[in-house]
Amino acid sequence: MPGALFLSLLLSPELGRVALALAACLALAQFALPLLGAQRGDPRLMATAPALAWGQLACLALAFVCLAAAAVGDDFSVRNIAENSAVAKPLLYKLTGIWGNHEGSVLLWSLILGICGAAVAWFGRGLPTSLHARVLAILGGTACGFELFCLLTSNPFDRVWPAPMDGHGMNPLLQDPGLAFHPPILYTGYVGFAVPFAFAVAALLEGRVDAAWGRWVRPWTVAAWCFLTCGIALGSWWSYYVLGWGGYWFWDPVENASLLPWLTGTALLHSAIVVEKRESLKIWTVLLAIGTFSLSLSGTFLVRSGILNSVHAFANDPTRGVFILGLLGLVIGGALLLFALRVHTLTAGGLFAPLSREGALVLNNILLCAICAVVLTGTLYPPFASLLFGQAISVGKPFFDATAVPMALPIFAAMAIGPMLPWKRARLAPVISRLWWAAVLAALAWGWSAFGIKGLLPILAFGFAVWVIAGAAADLASRTQLFRIPVRDSLRRARMLPRAALGAAIAHAGVGVTVIGLAGMSQAEHAIVSVHTGESVALAGYRWTLTGLADARGPNYTARVATIAVTRDGRPIAVLHPSRRDFASQGQVTSEVAIHTNLVTDLYAVLGDEHGSGAGHTAVLRLHDNVLAPWMWLGALVMAIGGGLSLSDRRIRVGAPTRARHRLPVPAE
Amino acid sequence: MTALARRRVLALLPFGAALAAGGGFWAMLSGMRHGSFDPHDIHAPVLDRTVPAFDLPAQAPGTGFSSADLRAITRPVLVNFFASWCIPCVQEAPVLAELGRKLPIWGIAYKDQPDNAAGFVARTGAPYARIAADRPGLAAIDWGVSGVPESFLIRPGGRIAWHLAGGLTQPVIDTELMPLVARFGG
Repeated sequence: MPGALFLSLLLSPELGRVALALAACLALAQFALPLLGAQRGDPRLMATAPALAWGQLACLALAFVCLAAAAVGDDFSVRNIAENSAVAKPLLYKLTGIWGNHEGSVLLWSLILGICGAAVAWFGRGLPTSLHARVLAILGGTACGFELFCLLTSNPFDRVWPAPMDGHGMNPLLQDPGLAFHPPILYTGYVGFAVPFAFAVAALLEGRVDAAWGRWVRPWTVAAWCFLTCGIALGSWWSYYVLGWGGYWFWDPVENASLLPWLTGTALLHSAIVVEKRESLKIWTVLLAIGTFSLSLSGTFLVRSGILNSVHAFANDPTRGVFILGLLGLVIGGALLLFALRVHTLTAGGLFAPLSREGALVLNNILLCAICAVVLTGTLYPPFASLLFGQAISVGKPFFDATAVPMALPIFAAMAIGPMLPWKRARLAPVISRLWWAAVLAALAWGWSAFGIKGLLPILAFGFAVWVIAGAAADLASRTQLFRIPVRDSLRRARMLPRAALGAAIAHAGVGVTVIGLAGMSQAEHAIVSVHTGESVALAGYRWTLTGLADARGPNYTARVATIAVTRDGRPIAVLHPSRRDFASQGQVTSEVAIHTNLVTDLYAVLGDEHGSGAGHTAVLRLHDNVLAPWMWLGALVMAIGGGLSLSDRRIRVGAPTRARHRLPVPAE
Repeated sequence: MTALARRRVLALLPFGAALAAGGGFWAMLSGMRHGSFDPHDIHAPVLDRTVPAFDLPAQAPGTGFSSADLRAITRPVLVNFFASWCIPCVQEAPVLAELGRKLPIWGIAYKDQPDNAAGFVARTGAPYARIAADRPGLAAIDWGVSGVPESFLIRPGGRIAWHLAGGLTQPVIDTELMPLVARFGG
């Protein structure tokens, strides 16, 4: 096709490299000019920021399209494509494979940062000019660093000579729709926290944090948080159904790296409410905003430097690590130094009563940050113990289960009460009058689960989950005065309810759903059995029969497929087809898990190796009954939907910044 | 210290923490480049040394053992770390059953529920002469176990003579393990 050839010649990797370099130059200008302008009070210099942000995004998009053209057009003279793609790879995975490797993912990371910059340029038009310019400048400076990192140490456009006829192909484990969209969503979450970070640094430069600042920061935080929540859930779901270990969370450093900013990000989106409503907790919120992005950055990049020992393998390269560390030092160290030097310009907020909305939010912050500190310690202890004491230590699931998990229980206990408390000073009696039935439900759940569930922690978690969901419902019921006024009036009130309040209740209920899933999963049963064809085993009230084993062929693999019939009391429930795929070209064997779900329980089967021949032929099967497993991820989805609803609230979407522009004078420097 | 000075010091704390962490990471990275630091290095640090001290509870259906018992042996013993949740252990079981007729095998159940481990032994017919339970996995760390199954040949006097990370196979037993057993008077 001459058209396609022309297009691929036009969108050459060299053009991509030039576009990336140009983006880095524009980002540098976006950093320097507006910052200088804001310092001097020069409106012309400040006004360059939005245009530069748009220009940078255009260049990054062009670079990304060039890489995509090389990937789709099978240009194996590009090293990155040759190493990660192949002619036989399906088109979808050629596209998603762009970010399935280190170089491409850094480019995607930069592109998302560029999108964030353009979004701030567009949606932040109503911000005070100097704040807008400074936020964009900080975003530009950060972007410049990552674009340089991409250009200098991880260039996806490098050529290879001689060009191979076909590429190496992709890791078959990554050839999966769930994983294809996991990185963009997760990165959007990580990178999204760059915006609150930029707001925090800009506030330190400006020397002011006020209610309006809290109102501007919150939607960006909520948006990033929604993406991060979905990203973590997708990653966990992927490891559940692809890795075939039957687990969903392994406390692996890569997983912890995504959990840490989620914890502080959750704390941030709550403390920003206090800044907005009470002009309090300002210094803490600024520190949280800096800390959340710092954790996002250091987590993802330290994993790639090879310091943290992880099952998720990225190309580890200490040289690259030194560049990353320098970059992190500039971004994080610079921000924290600025914090230390400028924090005295921010006025500390007043004290407030422990029993009040803000008191509950402070409790939320303390508990979330405590969990974050524990997880951080557990994650960093092995490399530091190795460095300082020369000991090889592994900190794993038992540590985190024993420390982080119990610390979450007080959060659940407080979660239902907090939204019910009024600001400034609250009394317990009205809250109890609205929440008593949630407490009764939780007590019933505890009573029931004490007989139905094994283990103290799952029992506690289950009851608390019911408490959280019922608390969210009670919150909505009391806001709409359900059963106190006629139902029709309640419905009218429900329609008038601020979306932010509705979103918060839904997100809280989502947490409850996830916790129910976690409590259910702790009751999961599994067995590893070696069976003949026709033999059956009993597990979790089901009868699992291996009815057959067969060979099958796929596009680039051969497979061995088992057929397992599951019955309960003689009734057929499901037929499972777990298989083992042999990707000869990569010399890799993967297990395809078979899952049958009815949303209450997952029947989960994995085919292991086979032994013997003839009548002695047996196959090893791993069978799981994973109770309530889907709820864990459904809950995360509900949380993100709640966040999205809160974002669509008119008050934070349009009204506030424009009104604020007229009310707030630009501070004189 | 005045209130203002105290606030200044407090405000410097996050920077100080980040600086310390950054310094640590820099030391690790430069160590990785010079080969003096390797977070991925998993090896058995105990080869050719006396077995590390441990005292583990017994695991049904066997009698337990401690490091003192291993140091007191007069014939070679194979110590085998296993777990009911590990598929390679299931695969290894037939070979192990065969080997058990020639060589005493002492098992250590690694991070396993006692019931599951007992069920595993009963199901697979693993020929453990004695079984100990290492539920927290701490003894395994001292042994340098990188995963299950992992086997160590202990020679009389309690020194570790040989080690294999992964499942035992007949060729490995014939060519590597049994000659050593013969040498140490098995």
